[in-house]
Amino acid sequence: MQARRLSLFDAVNLLVMLGVVFATLYPFWFVIVNSLNEGMDSLRGGIYWWPRIFSLENYAIVFKDASILRAFAVSVLRTVTATTVTVFFTAMVAYALSKRQLLGRKAYMAVGTVTLFFGGGLIPYFLLIRSLGLLDSFFVYVYPTMFSFYNLLIFQAFFREIPAELEESAWIDGAGNFRIFLQLTIPLSGPVLATIALFVGVYNWNDYFFGIIFINNAKLQPIQTFLYRVIAESQSGQMVSAILSSAVQARRITAQGIRMATMVAATAPILFVYPFLQRYFVKGMLLGSIKG
Amino acid sequence: MNGPARTLRRLLGQRDLQLMALLGLAWMVIFNYLPMYGIFIAFKNFNILKPVWAAPWAGLEHFREFFTDGSFVRVMRNTLGINGLRLAIGFPLPIIFAILLSELVWPGIKRAVQTISYLPHFISWVILGGLLVTWLSDVGIVNAILLKLRVIREPIFYLAEPRYFWWIAVVSDIWKELGWSAIIYLAAITGIDPQLYEAATIDGATRLQKTRYVTVPCIRGAIAIMFVLTVSYLLNSNFDQIFVLKNQLNVPASDVIDIYVYRMGLQAGRFSYSTAIGLFKSVIALGLLLLSNRVARRLMGSSIF
Repeated sequence: MQARRLSLFDAVNLLVMLGVVFATLYPFWFVIVNSLNEGMDSLRGGIYWWPRIFSLENYAIVFKDASILRAFAVSVLRTVTATTVTVFFTAMVAYALSKRQLLGRKAYMAVGTVTLFFGGGLIPYFLLIRSLGLLDSFFVYVYPTMFSFYNLLIFQAFFREIPAELEESAWIDGAGNFRIFLQLTIPLSGPVLATIALFVGVYNWNDYFFGIIFINNAKLQPIQTFLYRVIAESQSGQMVSAILSSAVQARRITAQGIRMATMVAATAPILFVYPFLQRYFVKGMLLGSIKG
Repeated sequence: MNGPARTLRRLLGQRDLQLMALLGLAWMVIFNYLPMYGIFIAFKNFNILKPVWAAPWAGLEHFREFFTDGSFVRVMRNTLGINGLRLAIGFPLPIIFAILLSELVWPGIKRAVQTISYLPHFISWVILGGLLVTWLSDVGIVNAILLKLRVIREPIFYLAEPRYFWWIAVVSDIWKELGWSAIIYLAAITGIDPQLYEAATIDGATRLQKTRYVTVPCIRGAIAIMFVLTVSYLLNSNFDQIFVLKNQLNVPASDVIDIYVYRMGLQAGRFSYSTAIGLFKSVIALGLLLLSNRVARRLMGSSIF
């Protein structure tokens, strides 16, 4: 594009874009600033740009609380396990279904395609999980989500790009499909593995609903479910305190600082990996929508 | 050698490949197809204490009840209200955002804005919901600003008032997904042949005209695909979002189909009734998908299948 003079439009456009950036980032800033402010002082409200009384007390409480720490541990364990299993299992099935010589390939694909458009709905799903004995089991975070036909299509689109000659030479060396998959396809698929691992990882880290419907045991609840319960409680607390005394109000806003600190801690892992991996997000989104 | 025997030999020859595929098939049968089979309890009076086969048949009774007990009108109104607003505002905004972003003349800023804009997509609804609960409370930032600007005289507890709920749901959803939804349009714009713009420049087209006659027609395919998908989701609510934002006071506006199915099924234990509602929703959604696909093909010349 040739150099051209900046018009009024360019200036306005820039301002609009900066507005979008501000609106996107400010909520993050708000939560961080409030998590760093002393709890009782937050009572007065009005902390928008900078902590009024700086304090790390909220974080100290969060990182000393046994149930919060435990919920974090569940989240980490769940995310690592589910992501690893999902990526390898889906990739393996995708590998098989991407082979033209696979007998019944069309039937397998048809069975999968139906799942993109139709499902049983919440209640039959719940009854299935229950009859599989997965209620109140850690594995409810792994088995029911370890595969999706949608992700399989993304894998397939990538596998098709791998040159056939590479595999042929492996065949001549007498390698079976499992060995080719593990030693040739997987190492060549870095970008697509990263893409799917990210989507699956973010899903597992952020999901709170499984922890609500399938888990009763508080020891198995992930951090997002824990936060959900705290927030739901504070919502009803607000409704009560809108009518009731200021004593209730004091308690609820002190708790707000702790809530903010937990929110920061629960978002930190995503913010941390985000700058490194954001280009894979985009690639995955595009691959997905071309297929979809 | 005859046909079946040869097929069998080929099968044995590729047994490792078949094993991989069968594991996937087994997973889909269990986690996708068994729940579809389970839909039949919509036509029974299922009780969780007894096995499914022992439950008496109910015919279409649950459907009849859903359509006549008054809940149908309420949940449809809320579902279509929220999703209709979302379609009207949330669908065009990412397209406009993508076009404006592609018109930015500073490549560094363009990339930075884009990267930042899809960050909220990766934040969980619990976190955002928690923030909204704080912001929209009687002592929250929204009331503080509006009081200062003298738009309101008394603080309002926004999440407790049904009439604000649809807007809260739609605006927060747009905040979260604006940048992410724009990706597909940005990619489509990047893919446009620069020669088209050069030719338009030679013909003396202004920037607005280039947008109108080059950019928009070139991304029509992407718009059509997104339109088909959005319309087919008209009855699907953003469950994670509404589940966080709902409370006892805003129920009249927050009770959408998906939430109602959850409340009736898992909270009230009316499994058959809420399965029937879920089935009703699935069937309509499938119909909407086929219909919007046909409309997109007719109007835009492209569709998803």
